Amino acid sequence: MNAATESPMNDTTRLDERFATLRAEKRPALVTYVTAGDPDFETSLEILEGLPAAGADVIELGMPFSDPMADGPAIQKATLRALEGGQTMARTLELVHAFRQRESQTPLVLMGYYNPIYRYGVERFLEDAARAGVDGLIVVDLPPEHDDELCLPAKRHGIAFIRLATPTTDAKRLPRVLDNASGFLYCVSMNGVTGGREPVVQDVERMVGQLRERSRLPVAVGFGIRNAAQAAAIGRFSDAVVVGSALVEAIDSAETRHGAVQAVHGLVRELAAGVRRGADT
Amino acid sequence: MTDLSMQPDAHGMFGRFGGRFVPETLMPLINELQAEYDTARQDSEFQRQLAYFQRDYVGRPSPLYFAERLTEHFGGARIYLKREELNHTGAHKINNCIGQILLAKRMGKTRIIAETGAGMHGVATATVAARFGMSCVVYMGAADIERQQPNVFRMKLLGAEVIPVTTGTGTLKDAMNEALRDWVTNVDDTFYIIGTVAGPHPYPAMVRDFQAVIGRETRAQILEMEGRLPDSLVACIGGGSNAMGLFHPFLADESVEMIGVEAGGKGIDTGMHAASLSGGAPGVLHGNRTYLLQGEDGQIIDAHSISAGLDYPGIGPEHAWLHEQGRVEYVSITDDEALAAFQCCCRQEGIIPALESAHALAEVAKRAPTLPRDHLMVVNLSGRGDKDMISGAQHLGENFQ
Repeated sequence: MNAATESPMNDTTRLDERFATLRAEKRPALVTYVTAGDPDFETSLEILEGLPAAGADVIELGMPFSDPMADGPAIQKATLRALEGGQTMARTLELVHAFRQRESQTPLVLMGYYNPIYRYGVERFLEDAARAGVDGLIVVDLPPEHDDELCLPAKRHGIAFIRLATPTTDAKRLPRVLDNASGFLYCVSMNGVTGGREPVVQDVERMVGQLRERSRLPVAVGFGIRNAAQAAAIGRFSDAVVVGSALVEAIDSAETRHGAVQAVHGLVRELAAGVRRGADT
Repeated sequence: MTDLSMQPDAHGMFGRFGGRFVPETLMPLINELQAEYDTARQDSEFQRQLAYFQRDYVGRPSPLYFAERLTEHFGGARIYLKREELNHTGAHKINNCIGQILLAKRMGKTRIIAETGAGMHGVATATVAARFGMSCVVYMGAADIERQQPNVFRMKLLGAEVIPVTTGTGTLKDAMNEALRDWVTNVDDTFYIIGTVAGPHPYPAMVRDFQAVIGRETRAQILEMEGRLPDSLVACIGGGSNAMGLFHPFLADESVEMIGVEAGGKGIDTGMHAASLSGGAPGVLHGNRTYLLQGEDGQIIDAHSISAGLDYPGIGPEHAWLHEQGRVEYVSITDDEALAAFQCCCRQEGIIPALESAHALAEVAKRAPTLPRDHLMVVNLSGRGDKDMISGAQHLGENFQ
C-alpha cells in the first residue's frame, strides 16, 4: 500500500512540489533550520511564521534532545534554551500544527535524534506528525542499517525520510544510503558537527556531482554554511542550501524576543538574496 | 534455549538491544572496524601479541585471592577476590585498551581519543597510546576532573591531552558526546577507544571479548583452588565492562549465579542515582539501544553516584538483554553502603578498593552472611582506590577516625 492510497487527503508532496517549482525558476532552495521552542514556544512560532515571507523555501525544525552528539556548540545551546523553556516532543508537534494553520505550501521537515521519537512511540509519533503537517524527517542517528525502526514506517505514513550522505560515504556504501531515501538528499559538506568550519566548495561540488549520478532526488548541502556569499557559491551547483547554526546564533545574541525574531528574519532575507543571486551569475 | 554466550547477531543486536545508532559519517568506519576485528580475532599473530602484552605489560594473570578475613568477618560464603586492581594502571580497563590499540595499529590510525569518568579508562588509554607512540586526547567531564585530580595528572604525565567537558553536568555522558563529536570530525586518522561494553556495534562485543580474560582466568583458577565452579559472581556496573568480562565465560553454566551491582547513589527513590536497569527505561543513546535514565519526553537524566566511574545514565546493551532474559540479577547499592564497604575492605584485607568496586563489596556484605560456608563467591575487585583518596576523605569527613 502506498501513501497516496493510505491517506488521500494528506498533502504528501509539498517537498516534491516545492522542488519542482524551484527547478522551473532555475534557482536552489533555501532551507532554514531553527530549533523548536528556541528560545520559547511563542517566539519560536513567530519565527517560523515569518520564515516563508523572509525567503525560506523549506523549513527544518529541530526536535530538542539533551544529548545532540552530531551538533556543534550553537545548536547545543539552542537545544538547551528550548528544553529550559519547557519544549517537549508534544509541544514540537503542536508548534508544527500551529504553523500549518496559516501556511500550507512551505514544506517542513523535523530534524533530530531517535530517542525522543522512540520514547514518544514510533507509531504514535508518525500519526501525530502526519496530522500536524510534517513532510519529512532527518534523524541523525538512524543509518540505513536501522531502516525498520523509522524510515520504512514513516513512508507508510506519507512522511519522507531524508538521508544524509557524507564525505565518508564512498561508492561502495552510497547505494545503501540511497536505497530508501526520499524527499531530498542531504549532502553533509564535511566530516564534523553542525556549525563547523567553512566547507571547501570544490570538494562539495564533487560530492554533489557523485550523488547526482546515482540519484534523481534533489540534493541539499548543509553544515558550515553561514552567509549569503557561501550560500550563493554552493547554490550554483546544488538544489538546496541549508543554514542552521548561523540562525540559532542570531537568536542567542539577540537581547529581546522581538530582537531574535527580527534577527532571524533579517538573516534569512540576506541568505535568500544570496541563493537567488548565485543562480543569476 | 538461546545460547546466551553466542550474542550479538550479525547486526550487533542482543535481542532488541545494541545496534549501530550512529551518524552516517561514522558508519563506514564502524563497518571497517567490525571487519578488522573479525579478521584479527582469527589471526594467531594478533592473538600472540595480545597475550604477550597481557602477560608482560599488564601483568596477567591477575591473582584470584581467597579473602580469608572478609570471609570470617561476614561469617558465611567463602569470598574470593579477582585482583584486577593489581593490573598495570590499577584497574581492569587496560585489558580492553591493549586490545583496541593493537587494532588501531592494524588499521593504520595515528590518533587515539577516549572518554573517561573516574579517569581509570583515560589513564589506561593514555598508557597504551604512549607505549605505541600515538597521540592521545581524553575527554573528561569538568566535574569529574575536579574529583579525580590524581588521574588527571597521570594522564598528562603520560602525554595525553585532557580536555574538560563543561556541557551538560560535566560527567561521563557529556565526555562521551564530546568524544563522538571529535570522532565525526577526525574520522580519517582517529581511533576511538571506548572504555566500556557500550557504544555502536562492534564495541559492546569487542570490549567484552577483551575483558573476558577476567572470567576465563577466574574459571581456571577456581577449578584449580576449589575443584569446582563458583556458586556466585558479583561485580559492579557503570557501563558494565568488568562485570561482562567476569560473567561472559560463565553464562552457559546454569549453576553459577551472577549479580550485577548498579550505583544506587542517594537511593533509587530519590532520583539521584545511576541505576539504569533498576530506575530507567529502554532508549537509544551513544550508538546503542539499552536501558537509560530518561524522562517521559526521552531527555536523558543525569546520573548520580559517589563513584565517578559508575556515574553514567546507561548500561551496556548485553546487560540490558541479560536482565530481560533473567540470567543475571541486577541490584543497586547506595553511596553510603559503598563507603562502608570501602572502609571494611581496607581494614579487613589491607586492600584499598576503588569506590566502584566497593559497590560490589557492599553487595557481598549483604549476601555473604546469609549463605552457607561452602558457597563460593567471586567478587571482581575491578580497581584500586588510590584515585579516591580525596573524594573518600571528603565524604568520610569528621566521622573518619
